[in-house]
Amino acid sequence: MIAQPPFETFDHTADVGIVGRGLTLGEAFANAAKAMFSLMVDLDRIEPREERRIEVEADDREGLLVAWLAELLYISEVDNLVFNRFDVDEISDTRVVAHAFGEPLDLDRHNPKLMIKAVTRHMLEVASVAGGYQVRVILDI
Amino acid sequence: MTKGWLSSLEKVDDYRWRLPTSYKPGMRVPGLIYADERLLRTMAGDQAVEQVANVAFLPGVVGYSMAMPDIHWGYGFPIGGVAAMRLNGGVVSPGGVGFDINCGARLIRTDLTEADVRPVLDRLADQLFRDVPSGLGAHGPLRVSNNELDDIMLHGAAWMLDRGYGAPDDLDATESRGCLAGADPATVSRRARERGQEQLGTLGAGNHFLEIEVVEAVYDEEAARAFGLEIGRVVVFFHCGSRGFGHQVCQDYLSVMEKAARQFEIVLPDRQLACAPLDSKQGKDYLAAMAAAANFAWANRQAIAHWTRGAFAHVLGRPAAELGMTQVYDVAHNIAKVEEHRVDGQSMRLCVHRKGATRAFPAGHAEVPPRYRKVGQPVLVPGDMGRYSYVCAGTERAMAETWGSTCHGAGRLQSRGAAKRSLQGVDVVGRLEARGIVVRVRNRSLLAEEASEAYKDVADVVEVLDRAGISRKVARMKPLAVIKG
Repeated sequence: MIAQPPFETFDHTADVGIVGRGLTLGEAFANAAKAMFSLMVDLDRIEPREERRIEVEADDREGLLVAWLAELLYISEVDNLVFNRFDVDEISDTRVVAHAFGEPLDLDRHNPKLMIKAVTRHMLEVASVAGGYQVRVILDI
Repeated sequence: MTKGWLSSLEKVDDYRWRLPTSYKPGMRVPGLIYADERLLRTMAGDQAVEQVANVAFLPGVVGYSMAMPDIHWGYGFPIGGVAAMRLNGGVVSPGGVGFDINCGARLIRTDLTEADVRPVLDRLADQLFRDVPSGLGAHGPLRVSNNELDDIMLHGAAWMLDRGYGAPDDLDATESRGCLAGADPATVSRRARERGQEQLGTLGAGNHFLEIEVVEAVYDEEAARAFGLEIGRVVVFFHCGSRGFGHQVCQDYLSVMEKAARQFEIVLPDRQLACAPLDSKQGKDYLAAMAAAANFAWANRQAIAHWTRGAFAHVLGRPAAELGMTQVYDVAHNIAKVEEHRVDGQSMRLCVHRKGATRAFPAGHAEVPPRYRKVGQPVLVPGDMGRYSYVCAGTERAMAETWGSTCHGAGRLQSRGAAKRSLQGVDVVGRLEARGIVVRVRNRSLLAEEASEAYKDVADVVEVLDRAGISRKVARMKPLAVIKG
């Protein structure tokens, strides 16, 4: 079996979908965040110079995935930061605590791409799969 | 996913297709899709029609779950979706408005001809590109305090006018005079405020644009004259919404609505359709926050209109008023509004959701500005940056059939990924420039995602509106300069 990539994006007529995979739920969440930021900038051009603590809660795992990505999007927009590393410290079905690492958006250096408006709940999925977890969501562009 | 919607569709006439409730158990009303056979085939690849069926699940939906001919796969509602809910027992769904609350279009006419602007087109494009911030990470030049932001939420475009941003008659030529009643700043989160304060007066990215265009065809002389449009005249057309402010309001209320849907035991086929009864606290709060975001969007477009006039005045060396830069109209195409409509011969107040759909009120309607009262409300239909855009007018038939609604654009045909792949190695900017179109874009590589190939031909879409009678073609414009994020 060919190993599946830790994260990828998929086509949607108006918007863009992302998938994150991992051995643990935390890893899948971290990879989904990477997928999201990979749509905005080149991840390998980001220096992890700043750190933000993230803590979000929701009613279920799917809601938690939306809340997690929406929180990162909010911080990114308001503090003008982009991230490429996410260390998940604690995760349950209803709460995640993590640290995100990145730096201020640099239009010359980061190769800016899409502007993401929001995290939708369409096609939302958090699934246990063979060898771990797979999460999926559509982002509004 | 349900298969076989194509075989379930019942042909009403050449431009109307009915999706019966038997298609998917749980549909409260049938679907109605406005399209010809050719456009219908373009929908085969995505889930737009499935979403028409899903919207029909919503409590209180009246008549049909409708789709305009620019319909394509969205999240929750299809883009190009229209659904009206009864106030008593009906729901409001933030997914039926979208994240970009009051995303809309605005058209400004001029007395200028192509010959007047051609020699200064590069300078004009440069000036507009400088004066209207766009793209990822763009911040508006306006800095507003929290109190000022409250006033923007309450007063919309008028707030900008009070500060000298615009001409007094701009409000006459704006849907709802640029302000929805019922906005309540207390229903808006701190986060939405923060995002809004950073982004007031910005165009955004993606399919948002500002174009200098020239009128190249007129189909309805009387309406065109009323709108101030004639062949050869230059116009400015732009498309944007409520920026991070509206995105955050929607994001916040989707969580509220998910809880509400559980509380009120509403069965939904898609979580993005989360909703609450219109008469519940959650429903009322959302409508108050949505109105605040809609008003933010009108203020945003008012600022952009002002800078557009300023750019023209600066480059052409004459005040905007001398250039005849009056506003033709400003329409919302992502909004939920309580309106008076006729249902089974009775007048009834309904909450009309327009997700990627434009209001299209007919001649004689009290909400149509006096100067357009004889011809109907202008409907602004952007196409794609390589071809053309249209102006149409609202009709009685739209009022009777679609709650006075029509399409909002061409509608996407290809995903962003597919468009990029199919245009690999194609110089999209060069191709536009070869046709005399000046392009200013923050991110050249992403222009392929917005190329003509990614969209339906808006001429086909408008033809269906015109033949189905839900809008009348008035004029067509072609782009001279394109500004994008």
